[in-house]
Amino acid sequence: MTVFERTSAQLQESLKSGELTIAELTKEAFDRIEKLDGDVQAFLALNKEQATAKAAELDKVPFEERGPLFGMPIGVKDNIVTEGLETTCASKILEGFMPIYDATIVKKLRDAGMVTVGKLNMDEFAMGSSNENSAYKTTKNPWNLSHVPGGSSGASAAAVAAGEVPFSLGSDTGGSIRQPAAYCGVVGMKPTYGRVSRFGLVAFASSLDQIGPITRNVTDNALLLEAISGVDEMDSTSADVPVPNYAAALDGNIKGLKIAVPKEFLGEGVGEAAKQSVLDALEVLKGLGATVEEVSLPHSKYALAAYYILSSSEASSNLSRFDGIRYGYRSENAKNLLELYKQSRAEGFGDEVKRRIMLGTYSLSAGTYDAYYKKAQQARTLIKADYDKVFENYDVIIGPTAPTPAFAIGANIDDPMTMYANDILTIPINLAGVPAISIPCGFENDLPLGLQIIGKHFDEETLYRVAYAYEQNTDFNTKTPALWEVK
Amino acid sequence: MNFETVIGLEIHVELKTNSKIFSASPNHFGAEPNTNTSVIDLGYPGVLPVLNKQVVDYAIRASLALNMEIEQETKFDRKNYFYPDNPKAYQISQFDKPIGKNGWVEIEIPAKGDTPGYKKKIGITRLHMEEDAGKLTHADGYSLVDLNRQGTPLVEIVSEPDIRTPDEAYAYLEKVKSIIQYSGVSDVRMEEGSLRCDANISIRPYGQEEFGTKTELKNLNSFNFVRRGLEHEEVRQEEVLMSGGIIEQETRRFDEKTGKTILMRVKEGTDDYRYFPEPDLVRLSISDEWVERIRQSIPELPDARKARYVSELGLTDYDANVLVVNKEISDFFDATVTAGADAKLTANWLMGDVSAYLNSEQKELKDTALTPENLAGMVKLITDGTISSKIAKKVFTELVTNGGDAAKIVKEKGLVQISDPEVIRGFVTTVLDNDAKSVADFLGGNERAIKALLGQIMKASKGQANPQLTNQILMEEINKR
Repeated sequence: MTVFERTSAQLQESLKSGELTIAELTKEAFDRIEKLDGDVQAFLALNKEQATAKAAELDKVPFEERGPLFGMPIGVKDNIVTEGLETTCASKILEGFMPIYDATIVKKLRDAGMVTVGKLNMDEFAMGSSNENSAYKTTKNPWNLSHVPGGSSGASAAAVAAGEVPFSLGSDTGGSIRQPAAYCGVVGMKPTYGRVSRFGLVAFASSLDQIGPITRNVTDNALLLEAISGVDEMDSTSADVPVPNYAAALDGNIKGLKIAVPKEFLGEGVGEAAKQSVLDALEVLKGLGATVEEVSLPHSKYALAAYYILSSSEASSNLSRFDGIRYGYRSENAKNLLELYKQSRAEGFGDEVKRRIMLGTYSLSAGTYDAYYKKAQQARTLIKADYDKVFENYDVIIGPTAPTPAFAIGANIDDPMTMYANDILTIPINLAGVPAISIPCGFENDLPLGLQIIGKHFDEETLYRVAYAYEQNTDFNTKTPALWEVK
Repeated sequence: MNFETVIGLEIHVELKTNSKIFSASPNHFGAEPNTNTSVIDLGYPGVLPVLNKQVVDYAIRASLALNMEIEQETKFDRKNYFYPDNPKAYQISQFDKPIGKNGWVEIEIPAKGDTPGYKKKIGITRLHMEEDAGKLTHADGYSLVDLNRQGTPLVEIVSEPDIRTPDEAYAYLEKVKSIIQYSGVSDVRMEEGSLRCDANISIRPYGQEEFGTKTELKNLNSFNFVRRGLEHEEVRQEEVLMSGGIIEQETRRFDEKTGKTILMRVKEGTDDYRYFPEPDLVRLSISDEWVERIRQSIPELPDARKARYVSELGLTDYDANVLVVNKEISDFFDATVTAGADAKLTANWLMGDVSAYLNSEQKELKDTALTPENLAGMVKLITDGTISSKIAKKVFTELVTNGGDAAKIVKEKGLVQISDPEVIRGFVTTVLDNDAKSVADFLGGNERAIKALLGQIMKASKGQANPQLTNQILMEEINKR
């Protein structure tokens, strides 16, 4: 049993009644991490001393000055910089890196009175979908420790699923919040590009990256997104669009909602159980007054190639600053500047990161730019137009988040159609820049499955409304993995 | 010469904005190393650039002043390269959509011996915005990195290959410099690096349309070095070709001591900077209103000012040119004339004694005690005959070193010109009485003797006798003898 079963609204009641203090809540997080993280392996760095001191301070703040997330413990993905708390992006090249400034969203967490308990593992520089590409550890899926938690925000999802923390932040470049949320049976939102400030998010692919919340229920997710959203003068790509009170949209009313289901999302490569769980979910939503029609997103087939070219191109440039000169890992063996660059990077980056840097460097080169980078941008425009067109007539698009549940650690997906389905379900959403949420919708072999709801630009409100209505009429989000009950 | 020279110049100008182009760090020269920096300038993980709008204003202003069209849908791009002066390992620049395009300036080459002077338009291909890099100081076995300059806003101004001689290159540089200076967006001080110039030069046989292979000259730290470097390089290239060699596409460094260009590196193909659109910045849409607002804010530019000097103030073309080249002098001239001084006389003083003083003292006007008001006071005293030009030189020395009011100085030091004919006649008769020999020489036909007599009279009057009047009275008196 843990109090983290409760929603933040219930926890606020417990704080008010005196049943709990923020100090106890914080201690609960560290206790559970101590008990469980040997198995789950989610945290790279803990902030115990500071968090404990902070909690004691927060306990003194009068209740009327507290917001809905006040005192709540949160874990932060390790590609978000935290002043004085080691930030590595799960890469050897940033081993020991101690940031001298806070990301904008870290300041927002502080403003909301949240307590950062530690930094969460990930695939190195967010490149991967299993957390196996971390330079430090492989995070396990709490539902089955021999399976991956997904990635790249695998540990962010696993820590919430294991009840180590009730809240976490992930980042999503091509599915990195939604896919692990689906694999771990939690709620993960990738907001509209520009909704959340990227200042202080170590860039993987600048035009695709977005930070988003991972929680156990829709309400808490909505509260956290509201807290971290909004225009930031330090990020020119953050949008000056008003942030609604998302929680106010959670009334369960989806009468007249027009749902589009792309035929590409339920085609070959999508597992039977995943497909069935989506069809079941659609029935639930129909029963609540929604209508469902099949549509097509014809350019989805170009998404994978476009994504890998664009994200790798941007990454090749973004990751150039890790050169061993100013911070992070520096090779001991270099005899001159060129060797220092080459050896520091050769020894500091992992294989997947190197592959993508090479692919991106190639795509941007003078002789190949037109055939790769430019072509990929054109494809992106077409993919975005597909989504715009569907959203002219529909409120949301629904499909599975992933074609299968979490795969086993070390298992390569060798079925090309499954791989393909994996990619087309999440990647085009980042290329289009629209928001999408993954919520639990079923199980296959005791591993969770995720339902993906995709919305119009800056219409996270509708996603939460639909997700909440679904959550209220199903019980998937109340399930917990066996290790939850640890003594 | 058998060959025609073709020159193109790339000029980098630092904009004098308050803060840097993509961060809030202060933008000024001369601070302690690495103090004008922030996490953004240092290229820390997670930081993002935010465009300083003043940079865009200034870039538009410079573009308009150089007769350029404004690219209203513009953007920034990343230029990727590894070097310790470049902490992100890419420079944010503009690649295929520079903010300014298709401009020109008119240069004027003065007559030289038998060669007549001429005017010529030099095309400007583009003007783009970018961030400056840090500064490296190489020592023995290590290098020091100062990132104060990292993120200083720059515009790069690229000319068409329209320049045909080193003199034209010099005139073009002077023209661009003065236009930028007048537009108020930069100090354009080459010695502080706020104006830098690289030159591309090739030669081709007269009549050939195709360009020859060009070399790029670097380390051109003054306008004179640009000219000398190009003069050396055109001769060198001709010698290479005439001796049967070929010109390599290479970067050469101008050596100030020998006046020669020295090979730095041979370029193999073109450098691949892997330019792509900067995803951390949004595209920039510049409205007609924005352009118009900037156009209205552009001060009078050198050509317009020169025309005004000639047509309204009656200066010669030459004098107007000389004054206008240096904005500080020209502004000073305007203020002096506004304070009531005669324009031609003021121009003569500024181009003569004032310039000579500044050159010999290695100073700028702002470092002296001279003001337009006190200079005007002095010029007025000359115009109304209170002091002679000769006396004025004494007053000027006082004004330029200690300042003050010219009329007061003249009064206090008793420098007022003596214009009373009877007083002057007194000096004249005394000198004539005392120097019978010179009087006899003059009357005997030696006209030069008059100068000696005049000198004695001026000396006797402590230089205060009105020269014209003295001359007149001397002639009267000597002819009586």
